[in-house]
Amino acid sequence: MTLIYPTASNAAHPAHLSPAYRSSIKRAPQKPLIPMRHTLSELTGPVYGHETVRENDSDLTIQHKGEPLGERIIVHGHVLDEDGRGVPNTLLEIWQANACGRYIHVVDQHPAPLDPNFTGAGRAQSDASGYYKFVTIKPGAYPWGNHHNAWRPAHIHFSVFGHSFVSRLVTQMYFPGDPLFEFDPIFNSVPDETARMRMVSSFDLDNTKPEWALCYRFDIVLRGREATPMETK
Amino acid sequence: MQDTVKGATKGVTPSQTVGPFFKYGLTPDGKYDWNDAFTSNLITQDTSGERIRIEGGVFDGDGKPVPDAMLEIWQADAQGRFSDPQDKRALPNSAFKGFGRCGTDANGSYSFDTIKPGQVADPDGKPQAPHILLAVFARGMLLHLYTRIYFDGEGANAADPVLALVPADRRATLIATRKAGAGSAYHFDVRLQGDNETAFFDV
Repeated sequence: MTLIYPTASNAAHPAHLSPAYRSSIKRAPQKPLIPMRHTLSELTGPVYGHETVRENDSDLTIQHKGEPLGERIIVHGHVLDEDGRGVPNTLLEIWQANACGRYIHVVDQHPAPLDPNFTGAGRAQSDASGYYKFVTIKPGAYPWGNHHNAWRPAHIHFSVFGHSFVSRLVTQMYFPGDPLFEFDPIFNSVPDETARMRMVSSFDLDNTKPEWALCYRFDIVLRGREATPMETK
Repeated sequence: MQDTVKGATKGVTPSQTVGPFFKYGLTPDGKYDWNDAFTSNLITQDTSGERIRIEGGVFDGDGKPVPDAMLEIWQADAQGRFSDPQDKRALPNSAFKGFGRCGTDANGSYSFDTIKPGQVADPDGKPQAPHILLAVFARGMLLHLYTRIYFDGEGANAADPVLALVPADRRATLIATRKAGAGSAYHFDVRLQGDNETAFFDV
């Protein structure tokens, strides 16, 4: 199966320059990107990395001696291509703040406590059907310096590979109904509302584990589709 | 089952910035309680080809170093083959993976240790000059940028079909320069804006 990667699909992404997100102003290219045909270099991509996924890397609540504080959650879904096929055996990497909205990264110095039982990094490999699953803690919202009283909605960072170097995606998964959505320039950098809502997970009662953890579903759609859609029988 | 088309999705998941706090998850580099999935050294013991180092910096529109960027490279081996089953010529036992990742340091600097790639054909079968794909991620970048690293002194550059798409006065931004006195080291800066803005591709 050979996939194609029409650049029209990139219209779902934010523009490089999104002035409400101040940091984009000096880091967005000012000259137009140069169109080109995809060559084998663009159409291939790394198919490894998952061998570094250790047992328990997809459960962020058991990486330390004790359990982290906060609301335990399950985050699961499928990595899909644009035709809805699962993307098998692909690496997913996540990182996030703890329940108080604090990252262990040294640059994050906002006055919320670190949790000695929470690193906030995870890895998983999708299975043959593209399915993945993480267990973690619901991250907190946190303040940032973009504008007065700026707060990021709670989110989990996702990094996913897919079938080629041009299907590479780094995004953020949000939680349904967050009151901070309308004030967040990063979330709103995605111009189309329908596309924006694809970054918002859905509450999944069916897979919520009684007496244990709420579940959220987050399907990730990467670039890539058949040149000619297959006939359905 | 995974080859069954479930029906087209409504579109791709939009990109969001990698943000300022990716290092402990994506490029821990021994500084955090987390192992590296990928590093900036692509060389394995059995890798054949010319071993090279590519180093440089990432700069913003004020010419200031970007200390929170992440660079990823993807390249063919010295024979021009990709370590991906989609490249039917690749040998299954090839240890060279062709992918690397490096976070910039406090000075906005990065480096990769790798091998000089061989030539890869374009869709018409015409050879491209040796090149490495580079993806640039950073806080402030809502979507990563793609560019290519070509090599100084490479005769094939003149006939490369992709370089030919780049305005002549911008081609130099894609060519890594050989560092004086160091035969195997190349210098390549990424400039996100400004007079010498790196040529980025719409792929």
